[in-house]
Amino acid sequence: MPHTPSAHAYSYLNLPEIAFLDAAVSRLIPQDELGPGAKEADVTYYIDQQLVSVWGTHGRNYRQGPWLEGTPQQGFQSRLTPQEIYRAAIRDTNEYCLKQFNVRFDFLKEEAQLEVLKGLESGSILLPHVSAKLFFDLLWKNTEEGFFADPLYGGNRDKVGWRLLGFPGVASGAYAAHIDNPTLYQAEPVSILDIKKGQASLDAQGYVKHVMIRKGT
Amino acid sequence: MSIQKLKPVDAVVVGTGVAGSIIAMELVNAGLKVVGLERGRMIEPQHDFAMPYVHDELKYDKHSDIFQDLSRETITFRNNLQQTALPMRELGSFKPGEIVGGTAAHWGCHARRFLPDDFIVKTKTDERYGKNFLPHDCTSQDWGVDYNEFEPYYDMFEQIYGVGGKAGNINDVKFEGGNPFEGARSREFPNPATLRTPMGEKFAKACESLGYTPFQNPAAAMTRAYVNLYKQMLGECMRGGFCGSHPCSQGAKASPLTAVLPALLKRENFELRPLCNVIKINKDSDGKRATGVTYIDSQGRMVEQPADIVVLATYTFNNTRLLLLSDIGKPYDPVSNTGVVGRNYSYQTGGKVSVFFDDEQFNPFIGGGMIGTSIDDFNSDNFDHSQLGFVGGSYIAVQTNGATPIKTKLIPPGTPRWGSEWKKATAHYYRRSFSITYHASCQSYRGQYLDLDPTYRDANGLPLLRMTFDWQENEQKMSAFMREKCEGIAKAMNPSKMGAKAVEKKYTIVPYQSTHNIGGAVMGSDPTTSVVNRYLQSWDVHNVFVVGGSAFPQNAANPPTETIGMLACWSADAIKEMYLKKPGALA
Ligand SMILES: Cc1cc2nc3c(=O)[nH]c(=O)nc-3n(C[C@H](O)[C@H](O)[C@H](O)COP(=O)(O)OP(=O)(O)OC[C@H]3O[C@@H](n4cnc5c(N)ncnc54)[C@H](O)[C@@H]3O)c2cc1C
Ligand code: SF4
Repeated sequence: MPHTPSAHAYSYLNLPEIAFLDAAVSRLIPQDELGPGAKEADVTYYIDQQLVSVWGTHGRNYRQGPWLEGTPQQGFQSRLTPQEIYRAAIRDTNEYCLKQFNVRFDFLKEEAQLEVLKGLESGSILLPHVSAKLFFDLLWKNTEEGFFADPLYGGNRDKVGWRLLGFPGVASGAYAAHIDNPTLYQAEPVSILDIKKGQASLDAQGYVKHVMIRKGT
Repeated sequence: MSIQKLKPVDAVVVGTGVAGSIIAMELVNAGLKVVGLERGRMIEPQHDFAMPYVHDELKYDKHSDIFQDLSRETITFRNNLQQTALPMRELGSFKPGEIVGGTAAHWGCHARRFLPDDFIVKTKTDERYGKNFLPHDCTSQDWGVDYNEFEPYYDMFEQIYGVGGKAGNINDVKFEGGNPFEGARSREFPNPATLRTPMGEKFAKACESLGYTPFQNPAAAMTRAYVNLYKQMLGECMRGGFCGSHPCSQGAKASPLTAVLPALLKRENFELRPLCNVIKINKDSDGKRATGVTYIDSQGRMVEQPADIVVLATYTFNNTRLLLLSDIGKPYDPVSNTGVVGRNYSYQTGGKVSVFFDDEQFNPFIGGGMIGTSIDDFNSDNFDHSQLGFVGGSYIAVQTNGATPIKTKLIPPGTPRWGSEWKKATAHYYRRSFSITYHASCQSYRGQYLDLDPTYRDANGLPLLRMTFDWQENEQKMSAFMREKCEGIAKAMNPSKMGAKAVEKKYTIVPYQSTHNIGGAVMGSDPTTSVVNRYLQSWDVHNVFVVGGSAFPQNAANPPTETIGMLACWSADAIKEMYLKKPGALA
């Protein structure tokens, strides 16, 4: 399927941030012979939308001080919200790349981008304002979510993540009858977004009537 | 702030979860005027939990507003007494609910009784293995009530929650197909057992080849349309996945919202008040009797609700915290090992071994309603521990809960965490893998407890609950043993590859493990080591009953909710049959 770039209205990310994330998520889940990668699945846009959600400002997190670093067992303790972490870490990483290689992250060759990402993941690259590992873990978590969450949230475009796995999306009413049956259940995936757009047929209980994919096609 | 004082009622029940809803129903049935106070919002399942919106993994794994809002209240955590506890800032290890109906709106429906030996861990271990067998700092103790006394109340809960299963033991006669290790039940399950998935079948065959006895998990997701004890109609489970951590659109998941509250809300002598956060139990001047509770309502008003009986059913954490905030019972001090409130906090141990089949595919997304196959050969004291150096046990299972794609994608060990190799392995193995999991008990220890945090406060300015907890050697040894057993079963399936999760050295507050937190207000027969007596009645303030997992003196391997519901039936019966006739200490 040829990829047509999407024209999304970004709510939070600025242009250099979009370029950074397009490059980074392409390394995390690359486009290859198995199909589109995270960039093609609009994961950058997904991240943008998450950053303006309740989660992006940690609206349901406990946010009172004192702020101590804590042990790894004590979990997330940063004073920064996801919005702030992305903004600071992308800027810091680009500064690092400019210093090391004279270009921004998104202008680096693929191999060099991979090295930088590995450096962030292991913490061998030190960023001045946030923990590189904290940022990397967040980026990877969001990339995986954006690739596999319902397209309702702006990623998983054309359900590419679900197609990769053979996951049919919203369940069909036929599952219960299939539960002890070893026959492979292979269906065109259906998303909540498809249903909202009226592009899927449903049974009386709101379950999907899946279109089955026949073997060999 | 001025306090608005309301007219007295017979009983106030704080929390509308599994425990609170049943107690409220039973007290209403006894003719009492009951008020239910719930911090969460009202839920209308047909609108709040509608298809297709419940099939949304991103929302219900992480972001839904049916989970506890930590911006208002959380707990603080540290591994040991030397550390400074820090707030759990985002949901991780466990995921309590904050709605009318509580946590079970999104529970997994695995509904098992504890095994008879689980109630007598201390005496049974001392007798069978000698007095020095339990670790020296282990504070596990007997429950003060045995399985046979509890049995009618387990039975009652199963009739309310429509549990499906196949009995292995009715009145001490054994039946094939059921769990041969279960305690004697008085009759068959109200609903039939689940069917076995192809993955469950593989597991069952492997277990049988090793001499173990597999059976289907008892589950409170309806295996057929069912009318329960309270005349509520529950629908049949669709096996659509998106189940654990998700609410159910079918009314197939037994929970307060489907099995109890619709009946209760029709009753004239019951009043439910959502968005009311209870902050204190009030006592009379000599501190021997509770006079009611104080709460903050949805408009921020401070309200006092007087009542003759106060039932706390606010989950393990707030049951303990509200006692501490109300100065009921002596707080536990781990240094001197005295006091009781907060003592014996515990959790559950767990792990998994994954199997990968290059030449075989499954339908891992078809499932839910706790469809699964288990063995109990290594649960509780069903096996000889004398040479093993640990107490406790585990059930081992293959559960097909619906492999949702963000969370449930297994890849063989050694696969990179991201990049093209990760993508290849993920695509190849999503439909070619599953896990054998073990869910194990956890003893209680002197240094593992709950108290009030000295620093961090909730949105009302009250101290948060502080948890001090870590894995101990006994549980690590058990975990290593169970992992080995799982590996043995895995090998018997002849997979192309397998991978075992390393035994955790330290307990961490992330990622999700289970919402099976227990203890803090434990029951027992000795007021120096328990907060409530055998009827879940406070030793210190006789008209306060504290019901929930908080009463477990240590944790068994089996999931807790069936026992929580059973305790609610048991305690409600004691209030009805004994306390109302003669208010005062029941033990
Ligand atoms: C994802 C998930 C899967 C699970 N799967 C299983 C399973 O398969 N099997 C099993 O046995 N268990 C399972 N559990 C655990 C199960 O949900 C709990 O054991 C059960 O809900 C506990 O019931 P409860 O009544 O004690 O507490 P809850 O259900 O938590 O109810 C307590 C209520 O009290 C309210 N409350 C708290 N504080 C206050 C206050 N100060 N004022 C007013 N109201 C207050 C809360 O909002 C809540 O509604 C699972 C849990 C989760 C999260
Ligand atoms: S799998 Fe069954 S119990 Fe679970 S949400 Fe679906 S219908 Fe409800």
